[in-house]
This record gives sequence, C-alpha cells and structure tokens, in this order.
Amino acid sequence: MAQLIGIPKELYPGEKRVATVPDVVEKLCKLGFSVVVEAGAGEGATIGDDAYQAAGATIAPDAASVWAQADIVFKVRAPNADEVTRLREGQTLVSFIWAGQNPELLKAMAEKKATVISMDSVPRISRAQKLDALSSMANIGGYRAVIEAAHAFGRFFTGQITAAGKVPPAKVFVIGAGVAGLAAIGAASGLGAIVRANDTRPEVADQIKSLGGEFVPVDYVEEGSGVGGYAKVMSEGFQKAQRETFAKQAKEVDIIITTALIPGKPAPKLITAEMVQSMKPGSVIVDMAAEQGGNCELTEPGKIVTKYGVIIIGYADLPSRLPRQSSNLYATNLLRMTEELCKTKDGQINVNMEDEVLRGATVVKAGEVTWPPPAPKLSAAPAGSTPAKAAAAAPPAQKKGHGHGGGGEPASASKTAALFGVAAVLFLLIGAYAPAAFLGHFTVFVLACFVGYMVVWNVKPSLHTPLMSVTNAISSIIVIGALVQIAPPAVESVLGEGARPDALIRWLAVAGIALTAVNMFGGFAVTRRMLAMFRK
Amino acid sequence: MSGSITSVAYIGATILFILSLGGLSNPESSRRGNLYGMIGMAIAVLATVFGPQVTAAGLGWILAALVVGGGIGLYLARTVQMTQMPELVAFMHSLVGLVATVVGFASYIDPTAAAGMSPAEAGIHHAEVYLGVLIGAVTLSGSVIAFGKLSGKIGGKPLLLPGRHWLNLALLIAVIVLGQRFLSAGSIDAGMMPLMIMTVLALLFGVHMVMAIGGADMPVVVSMLNSYSGWAAAATGFMLSNDLLIVTGALVGSSGAILSYIMCRAMNRQFLSVIAGGFGSDGGVPKAAGGAAAPVGEVTSVSALETAELLKDASSVIIVPGYGMAVAQAQHTVYEITKTLRERGKNVRFAIHPVAGRMPGHMNVLLAEAKVPYDIVMEMDEINEDFPNTSVVMVIGANDIVNPSAQDDPGSPIAGMPVLEVWKAQTTIVMKRSMASGYAGVDNPLFYKENNRMLFGDAKKMLDEVLSALRA
Repeated sequence: MAQLIGIPKELYPGEKRVATVPDVVEKLCKLGFSVVVEAGAGEGATIGDDAYQAAGATIAPDAASVWAQADIVFKVRAPNADEVTRLREGQTLVSFIWAGQNPELLKAMAEKKATVISMDSVPRISRAQKLDALSSMANIGGYRAVIEAAHAFGRFFTGQITAAGKVPPAKVFVIGAGVAGLAAIGAASGLGAIVRANDTRPEVADQIKSLGGEFVPVDYVEEGSGVGGYAKVMSEGFQKAQRETFAKQAKEVDIIITTALIPGKPAPKLITAEMVQSMKPGSVIVDMAAEQGGNCELTEPGKIVTKYGVIIIGYADLPSRLPRQSSNLYATNLLRMTEELCKTKDGQINVNMEDEVLRGATVVKAGEVTWPPPAPKLSAAPAGSTPAKAAAAAPPAQKKGHGHGGGGEPASASKTAALFGVAAVLFLLIGAYAPAAFLGHFTVFVLACFVGYMVVWNVKPSLHTPLMSVTNAISSIIVIGALVQIAPPAVESVLGEGARPDALIRWLAVAGIALTAVNMFGGFAVTRRMLAMFRK
Repeated sequence: MSGSITSVAYIGATILFILSLGGLSNPESSRRGNLYGMIGMAIAVLATVFGPQVTAAGLGWILAALVVGGGIGLYLARTVQMTQMPELVAFMHSLVGLVATVVGFASYIDPTAAAGMSPAEAGIHHAEVYLGVLIGAVTLSGSVIAFGKLSGKIGGKPLLLPGRHWLNLALLIAVIVLGQRFLSAGSIDAGMMPLMIMTVLALLFGVHMVMAIGGADMPVVVSMLNSYSGWAAAATGFMLSNDLLIVTGALVGSSGAILSYIMCRAMNRQFLSVIAGGFGSDGGVPKAAGGAAAPVGEVTSVSALETAELLKDASSVIIVPGYGMAVAQAQHTVYEITKTLRERGKNVRFAIHPVAGRMPGHMNVLLAEAKVPYDIVMEMDEINEDFPNTSVVMVIGANDIVNPSAQDDPGSPIAGMPVLEVWKAQTTIVMKRSMASGYAGVDNPLFYKENNRMLFGDAKKMLDEVLSALRA
C-alpha cells in the first residue's frame, strides 16, 4: 500500500510558498507515493488546483482532511500550535523546524509520537547538497534582497553618462559571503553596482571576486571557519577591528546587505546606530538576518523603517517574495529528501537512523527528541582547518607564476640528484685532466650557458622567429676565427720560414669571412625588417 | 691597438649581445635589442681587425670579403618573403656550420697555432679542432637538408632507412675511432686523413638526421640547428682561446636549445624521439586514418558566402592560422577580413599554437607582416579558456593543433599534445584543401562535429571570396 504525502496550505501570515509543485508531484508518484494537496495550497505561488490534479494529485477540501489522511506531511514553515494538534502517531512531518530556536515545539511534537524531519538540520556534507533547502532559499533571498534594495533606493545601480547628467554607480556592501551573500553580490554586480563584501572566513575571498565583488578584509588575523563551513563567533579584538572596517564602509556605500548568521545563536549586531547615522540620506540597509534578531541594531523584523534618513528593510520572508521560484526549488529539495527516505522506490519511507544525512535531519523520531545530532564527521569546506593540505597545494600554484613555465616540468628529486651527480663527475674529470688555461675558458663557457638560459626564457613566443634570426646573426661572431687567421703577426718559432702555408690559410679565411658576412649583414637586416613589422 | 683594449672591447661586445637577447622579451624593446646586437658585432669585428692578432697586410682581404659577403646578405634580407623565413634561417645556419668547418681546418694546418704549447695543451687544442669541425659539418649538412625540405626542393616526408639507429651508432663509433687516430697522429699530414674522413661522416650524419624528420617536426629541427650553430661557434672559441666566441656561442647555443625544448613540449614529444625520426617511428609508416577510433558523423561543408554570413552574425571571432595560411600566402586577406570585422565592432583575435608553421614564431611573423596588431595575437595558454565564449572560430590551414583526439583518445599518436580547444566554440569553420589528414597522419574528429563547417578550397581564394561577401 503506497503511502500518502499530504500538502496543507501554509498558515503563516504572508507566506506564499507551497511545499510541492506539479512537476515534483509527478516525480513523487513515480517513486510510488500518492499525493494529496489542500485546495488553494498553491494560490500564493500562482499554482492552481487543476495543475496539481493534472500532475496526478488529489485535492482535499480542507487542512483537517489532509492531516487526517496523510502518512507524510510536507510543509514549508514550522507547524503552528493548531497544526501540532493535528499531528498523529506514526505520521512523518518534513518541514523547516528551526529546532534550536523552538524547543517547546519539539517537545509538543514528540508528545504526539510522530517523526519529524527538519530541512534546516540537514548536515552540510557533499552528498546532502541536493537536499540543502537552506542554500536554495538563501540563494533566492540574496537575490531578492538586492531587488528590494533597488526598489527602495532612489537611484540607478549602474553608472551612466546621459545628456541629462552623470549618474554615479551605486556602491553596495555585502556582509557575509555565504550562499545568500554571494547571490546578493552576483545580483548587485549584475545590475551594474560596485560591490564590496566582507566575510570572517578568508577562503571566500576568491568566490567574492569570481562574482564580480571586491573583498574587503578586516585587518586582524583570526581563522573564522567553524564546523560545516559556517562562520563562528569571533574574538573581541577581531570584532573591534571589524566594527572599524564596517564604520568606514558605512560612510562610503549607498546600500548595505547583511547576511551574517551563526547557527543556533542570535545574529551578531554588526551595524550600530552610529553607523546608520553616518550613512548618506536615502541609503538602504537590507537586513537578511532580521528573523534571528538582525545584524543592524535598528532593524525591526518584518518591517521597513526609516531611521536617520536610511531605509532599513527587515523582511523575514524574502524567499517567500519570490514564491514561484522558491516553491519550485524547495519542492525539489523535498523530492531529493524523499528519495533518501525511500531508496527502494516502492512508496514506503524508512527513516534510517544509521544514515548520516537522515540522522542529522531527524529531530523527532517516533516520539523521542533526537536533536541535536552528533557532530558531523566531515566538513564541507575543510580548506583552512587542514594546514598540511593547504601547504601541499601551495607549491604548484607558485610554480605557475614563474616566467614562461620556468624550467618546465618540475623534475623529481631523484632525477635532479642524478643530474647533479653526473655533472659533478664530469666536472671532476675535467678538473683532473685539463690544463689551467682551458679551465678559464671552460668557466666562461658554463657561465655564458646559464646567462643565455636566463635571458632566453624571457623571450615572448611571438618573437621566437626574430630571436632565431638575431641569434643566427650573432653567431657570425665566428668571423673572428677567420679574421685572426688571415694575416697573423709573424711568430718566431723553431719551425722556420715557410712552414705555414700562408696562401692556403688566407684563402680559407677569406672564404670564411665572406660567408659569415652574408650571415652577419643578412641576419641583422632581416631581423630589423621583421621587428619593424610588429606593431600594436 | 693593444691586446688589453681588444679584451675590453670584447667584454663590451659580450654585454651588448646579452642585452640584445634580453631586448627580445617584448616587441617594444626588441628593435633596440637588434641595434645592440649590431653595435656589439661592429665593436667585436673592429677590435679584432685593429687588434694585435691581425697585421696590416690582411686589411685589404678582410674589406673585400666583408663587402662581397655583406652585399649578398643585405640583398637576401631585402628580397626574402616572410613566408620564406624558415628557409632563410636554415640557409644561414648552414653558413655558420661551413665557416666553423673551414676555420677548424685552417687552424689545424696552421703550425703556429699550436706552437709553444705543452703536449697536453696541444692535445686539447687538437681535440677542440676535431670537435669544432664535427659540429660545424653536422650543422652544415643538416641545415642544407632542412633548407631543401622547407623550400620544397626535398619532400617533407621522413626518409627512414632500415636500421637507421644502428647506422647512427656506427657513425658515432667511427667518429670516435677516427678521433683517436687523429689525436695520436704525429704530424699534420698524418692527421689530415682521419679529419677528412670524419668530416665526410659528419656531413652524412647531418643529412641522415634531418632527412628522417617529418615536416611537422621542422620547428624543432630549425631551432636545434640554431643551437648547433652556436655550439660550433663556441667550439671554435675554445680552439682559438677566444672568450668572446665562447660566450657568444654559448648564448646562441642555449637559446636554440631552449627553443627546441619549448617546441618539443608544445608537441608533447621527447627531444630524442624527434631526432630519432618522424611520427609513428615504430612502424615507419604513419598510421592510417582508420585505427581504433575512426571518427563518425557527417561532414558539413559550407560556401564562402555562408561563411561570411556566419561571421557577420558572430560577436566574437577567433582565427587559428596554420601552415596552410603560409603556403597560400593568405595572411594579407586574413588581415583585411579582421579589419572589416573589427570595424563592425566584433572582437577578433588570433590564437597561435607554439608549433604552428615551420619555425618557432612563424605565424606571428606572418601576421605582423600583414600588419595585424600584436596585442590581438594570443598564445595558446592565454586564449584556450575563451573558446567556450566565442561565436565563431576560423581554422585556416591547421589540423593537428586543433585535433580533439589529443585530449579524448589516449590511443591517438598525438595523445597528450596540448591543442587549441576550438571545438568548444559555438561554431568552427575549418578551411582546408581536402579531407586529407595532417602531418601526424591522424584523422581529425573535429571535422565531424555537429558545430563544425568545412570550407574546402585554396585558403587565399576562399578568403578573398569571404572578404568580398563581407564587404558586399
């Protein structure tokens, strides 16, 4: 007998999302489940009942019948008191719960002997990314935060020079470069603003840059990565330096978007009343942490307020303001969760507490509170916490910067050692047998090879042909060999007059000079001709 | 002029030569670099001529030889076509090799050269003569053959004699044995015979070495001969105890060696295997187009008119030139097309593979000749990431350097060779005379890809048609 998934209408005031969409209903049916949707559940997200029906769901007239029939209930917001009373033994609820903030709710649900899976407690490991509803909602929230800011802000985001005057680009400062922060950075730079961002975790600087933002570091050394890729509470010294940085930014920028959250703790107060006061009139602050108390001291959760001429937006329902998009993504996250719950694809779920993902997400199991879960085994972003790994990764990066690939492939240590060994033996042999005069020349030779090596690596590939022709011209220096033979000063020797075949040598030397002259003049001239053609 | 002043002048010349090579690090300073080279050479020659080693009796001879040779050189430099640069460079290398050989012989038959030396010094002097002549002769004959191959007077196909490795080994042993006889010879006349025989063997070795190398490997050969000509000069320097020659020879030699290394790396080949013979050296015959992974699919051919349409609709264009463009002398038309497209606000760039053409940097010189600004001419590493964002890639007479099987097919003879990833662009247009495979003898799956169009015909003629369609 296939289990029935029930989708009640969200009751929270202003909530427009719905826990499933027609596309996902179809896929749930394929997994062997039946789906029942409360009439009008998709209204907020502009999804009609007929669309659900077309996808294979049945429509229930009211919430009571959905709760009564369903074996599994999908929701977006944590259940309110009414909904908790409808929960029954053996039923499974999948929803956002925020277990840390709602211990009473947990207890109440446990009393009902139900099983509750919390989408916000899914552990942050690679395998669980596809069911990470927090990230998909944060992504939407970050985008919407920029849109809200643009709406409230009285100017263009992008700089323009028009016939009616010059418009400077808006400056946006994003605090916290998590999923929401990064989405905000991308959206704001997409609108043409100058975007700066700060985060306590230094490793996100590259991600900020990749989205078109500029990383504003806090001038204080402390590692800010907590377990699971989230931020942690920072030391007092750091917080002071951070406040100074933010105060400086507040004076310069037009829009501040704050996204700083620390799991299970109230949001850190980062923007003080003085900072707000120092901002230009008409500036906008979007406080995405409003629901957890807000990053700005003056934020009023759920409202837009104007303080000292600065518009402070404290909406706690940013994802819900893009209901179609957020319902779609959330429904897909729930589908992935269902796949985890029902690996046999036979329409029966199995809350396997051995599974790391399900163990982490399950906050109430058949009447027992199982929150908080044991610490996750693996971190999603171990970058800074494993110095050994970082150190190992650093050298190759350095090599890249070395000229034209420097000496090319890094030779293995044993290869290099062998090379040095051979060279040492060679030098030893030369040193043992060669006369002193030769050694002088040999020294010059070896040093010149190295100079040539250093100099030539700097030559641009596009100039390789001129390089060849100029080195070719320079190698006409061999003319000296011929020059000194043509008419050397007479040497008093034991050999006596006439021992040197003067005429023959002279002819050879003259031929040599003539040939090298071709090379010398031709080589330099053609190089000159070639180089004159290179132009910008 | 005293000997000390000559020595100081030599130091000055050495520094100028180093600055000359250093100046080539970018096009701006390269012209000055060339000037440094000329000044250095002038100083070196003047210091030698007026130095203690040359008496007034020789001045007339020297002047006459310089005028004759210089005249020929300047004439060649003025008339050479830029597409013929590889031939000219190879020709000039052969001259250096010839002179090294001649100077070596002259030094050997000059009894005053070794006069007053201790037996050990005389032995080393003779060894240096022998080595100088050897390197000079190999450079000479190798360069002559390379010149023949590059100018099309000798076929580009590798000539692979049976048992050629044994032949090379036998030559090497013979050269060593002859060297032994030469060094132990009592008189100049007695030593002449082994020296002569060795010279002939060295010439044969040079011929054999370059004959066995295929056309696509020519960039390596040219830069290798460049290196040899430097070592020949250095060996002559040892022979004459002249530090300027040693330093300059070493500079040129290491420069050529580095170039050879860069070229080999660009083809993902070992230096030794290039020297040992052409592609597919095991079987001796390039593998047939079939093989394990014969590409399948349809080849879509287009006309010049359709090509022009594709270019008109493109926002960004990358042109990949190859040896085919040089052969067809199409670089000027390519520039006209580039100019037309750029006037329409399109982003046009060139992607140059390190071994495109027959000489290091060959394509850059051709494009420079056609007045293409060098800041839109990119190296492979600079531009490879940009292909996915490019609307149209035009491949003009190139094949192996854009072959995806170098990355996809581990069994391919060119597997692992770095290639331009043109197939990642939205559309590629390959201009070719026919479906024939490139020098490596490998079929190119790029031609069968869905987003690829073939424009068959002579590159120059086709590009002219594209240009007139673009302007219409």
